[in-house]
Amino acid sequence: MTSHAAEHHDEHHHGPEKGLKRWLFATNHKDIGTMYLVFALAMFFVGGAMAFVIRAELFQPGLQFVDPGFFNQMTTMHALFMIFGGVMPAFVGLANWMIPLQVGAPDMALPRMNNWSFWILPFAFTMLFSTLFMDGGAPAGGWTLYPPLVLQTGNAFPFVILSVHMMGISSIMGSINVIVTIMNMRAPGMTMLKMPLFTWTWLITAYLLILAMPVLAAAVTMLLTDHYAATSFFNAAGGGDPVMFQHIFWFFGHPEVYIMILPAFGVISEIIPTFARKKLFGYSAMVYATASIAFLSFIVWAHHMFTVGMPLSGELFFMFATMLIAVPTGVKVFNWVSTMWRGSMTFETPMLFAVAFVFLFTIGGFSGLMLAIVPADFQYHDTYFVVAHFHYVLVPGAVFGIMAGVYYWLPKWSGNMYNEKLGKLHFWLSTIFVNVTFFPQHFLGLAGMPRRIPDYATQFADFNLISSIGAFVFGLSQLLFVYIIWQCVRGGTKATDEVWEGSHGLEWTLPSPAPYHSFELPPTVR
Amino acid sequence: MYENTTRQMMKWVAGLVATIAMLPTLAAWELNMPKGITDSSQEIYGLHMLIFYVCVWIGVVVFSVMIYSIIKHRKSVHPEPATFTHSNVAEVTWTAVPVIILIVMAYPAAKTLVKLEDSSASDLTIQVTGYQWNWHYEYPEEGISFYSRLSQEANIARQVNSGIDPTSVPNYLRDVDNPMVVPVGKKIRLLLTAADVIHAWWVPELTGKRDAIPGFVNSLWFKANRTGTFRGQCAELCGRDHGFMPIVVKVLSEADYAAWVRDRADTGMTAAVTTAATDSAADAGAAALDPPVAVAAAASTSGGDAAPDMTALILKGESVYAQHCVACHQANGQGLPPAFPALTAGAITTGPIDGHINIILNGSPGTAMIAFGALLSDADIAAVVTYERNALGNSVGDMAAPADVAALRGE
Repeated sequence: MTSHAAEHHDEHHHGPEKGLKRWLFATNHKDIGTMYLVFALAMFFVGGAMAFVIRAELFQPGLQFVDPGFFNQMTTMHALFMIFGGVMPAFVGLANWMIPLQVGAPDMALPRMNNWSFWILPFAFTMLFSTLFMDGGAPAGGWTLYPPLVLQTGNAFPFVILSVHMMGISSIMGSINVIVTIMNMRAPGMTMLKMPLFTWTWLITAYLLILAMPVLAAAVTMLLTDHYAATSFFNAAGGGDPVMFQHIFWFFGHPEVYIMILPAFGVISEIIPTFARKKLFGYSAMVYATASIAFLSFIVWAHHMFTVGMPLSGELFFMFATMLIAVPTGVKVFNWVSTMWRGSMTFETPMLFAVAFVFLFTIGGFSGLMLAIVPADFQYHDTYFVVAHFHYVLVPGAVFGIMAGVYYWLPKWSGNMYNEKLGKLHFWLSTIFVNVTFFPQHFLGLAGMPRRIPDYATQFADFNLISSIGAFVFGLSQLLFVYIIWQCVRGGTKATDEVWEGSHGLEWTLPSPAPYHSFELPPTVR
Repeated sequence: MYENTTRQMMKWVAGLVATIAMLPTLAAWELNMPKGITDSSQEIYGLHMLIFYVCVWIGVVVFSVMIYSIIKHRKSVHPEPATFTHSNVAEVTWTAVPVIILIVMAYPAAKTLVKLEDSSASDLTIQVTGYQWNWHYEYPEEGISFYSRLSQEANIARQVNSGIDPTSVPNYLRDVDNPMVVPVGKKIRLLLTAADVIHAWWVPELTGKRDAIPGFVNSLWFKANRTGTFRGQCAELCGRDHGFMPIVVKVLSEADYAAWVRDRADTGMTAAVTTAATDSAADAGAAALDPPVAVAAAASTSGGDAAPDMTALILKGESVYAQHCVACHQANGQGLPPAFPALTAGAITTGPIDGHINIILNGSPGTAMIAFGALLSDADIAAVVTYERNALGNSVGDMAAPADVAALRGE
């Protein structure tokens, strides 16, 4: 595919700054990507600790450890940290590292904005975390911030909203950078339909972010003025409507769901062809399917709120539109399976995670299809069935996508191979216990256990016990992931430039580790 | 190496399965949605199973292909990868076939939905209002209205580290003091709203859930095919005690229902507000552990309008407080600041008495404090104001008379 490796590096350019300045004033896409990934990993553990509190309290019926109010703070903060602190920054980190390498650019287009968009995040999350120690505690109304409940938040209220604004600004700047880089800095010959799938899915994700995040900003600003400026956007007594908040929130919230999964689709579409030693089946169908999903994601938002008492016509429209999403999603799964078909597969850790992704994401997709059926949703809504559904698409979906990507590209980043044996152990522990954690939650929801409750009727005890055991082991297994990365960065078998036998794309034409400044002269793509 | 890891894993799985097998059986293992006792709930169940089997069959096909490929197309058995890269026929097929399946699925779903949304021609209407954290039921035609709260036994057992085994409490967290009562075979229409935040009313065996939204009225209907007691709970996060506002519906035969209506009328569980002794003790949460002497006395004065003496007012006020105020302002009056301020040494509870009566009558806009004017009688408000000013650590020394409340109501 390429003719030009980067043999011109290291004569006339300098390396990184020394010490703290390298990170504080970073403009290099690799440094910023690394910071994003490390930050996301830290946030996964903070959010994970909160999940630990949740599962410990739910281990058996009765209240053993925490006050119900604090439990609600934990569920709310767990979601905010995992979504905005974990999954989203992790994908931005992968984008920063990989998009310039994949399109043959020397760096991201807007390096200083890149620095800013990262450095906002630690402040946003420090502020969000500090709300735990404020009068009235952290926000406890759920990450969806529904009024009027969220207006009962204590002193934390304005801080939560400011931190959401900061996360939004960071995401929007990151997205602009991705779009500008992809549109302007592709190597000669790399037409749009020659771009690697990861770059493609991120391009579409970036547009989703730019369209969705300002909507969230508007929604939370209206909450702020309702609280402090006596407006009545969401207050029926003043002519407003609490349900309007839900419409606005989910107009952001549903695209947000795809913001968290489309880049994972991209990662999986890179990995499966590599380890099947066969080109991605139906490349253009994959691109069009991604674009269709992105479009549909803007016209299905009200399926998150079927029980608010919408008109029948509204319920029918959102049911049909939601069911339609199954079609392009199915196309993606069928194309991955066809890529594997009659390939010559090996199952290194990235491939194991990718295959588990296809299986388990599909299970999450099935429960999503079930949730689309409005009459059935009247029963599923706000139960553990929903919790099981979105954790299936987010944990063995988005998070497995991130972990697969890290294992896949880590040798290119560090120049060393990770420990394959430990990688496989990490995979099996994660895959088994993610199912032990979340599969029984389907049963709990169907049997009638609502979500967001700290204590439950005794008929739900058995499955909660199993789910908690699964969660503890799954959580602890992730320490192994940290160890594997640490070990790999410190040393190990030197990686070749190609790293994987079946690797394909510009990133594998560079040396391992990738030089500080890559592609100073653009490679040519035929 | 790989073999070893796998074997290790198998041991783990075996261990886990053994653990699960040895679990004490606390209750039947419920795996699926209940079929329920209404035509609606059974239709929903049917749809649920239909879409479930559709998913299972698609899953079986897709996963079989994948598993076959993983076994047969690995490098060790299939060293030469094929080179095909696309097929328009395949893409069109796996776009069209799911579309057809979805259309087949959408038709019965839409049909059921139309039925579920038709709450016209109902036989009985009940107004349901969600509060933080209890339900209020009003039967406008019968003139019956009452609050429905978590049972006393469960409320005590559910306190953090209560030391009480939840399995020893019958219907733990799924029992209430006053269940909703409806006749069998009649179309019951619920008009749902809320006083403070959004709640959701849900009894799975009757029908799906529906949100109760402050300032708006939603409707939901069901028609029970047999008698019995059916349980559910609030399904929309509504604050601290969201997990502790159960719903119980008793479906009675028409004759029993008529008897219940008569009975309610006799015991005064009508129109205004009830403060039966049993309810208030149940409501006090931790306070219920205290000797309920005061409460027994309060019951006898319930509804009295004669010039009350202060002791009687405080006793009555305590039971009103235990029913309506304790969830937020807490049994000791310390509240849960800043959302729910302390009443002990509070600016309002120790300030001018008119201001105190006013905030209870009209609420405080923009906060969790709702207007109790429509919910409580003048006598109840006078009692609870007097109680709050002379108990909970306060000793202002003045008292409110029902006439004072009536006067402020007029303004």
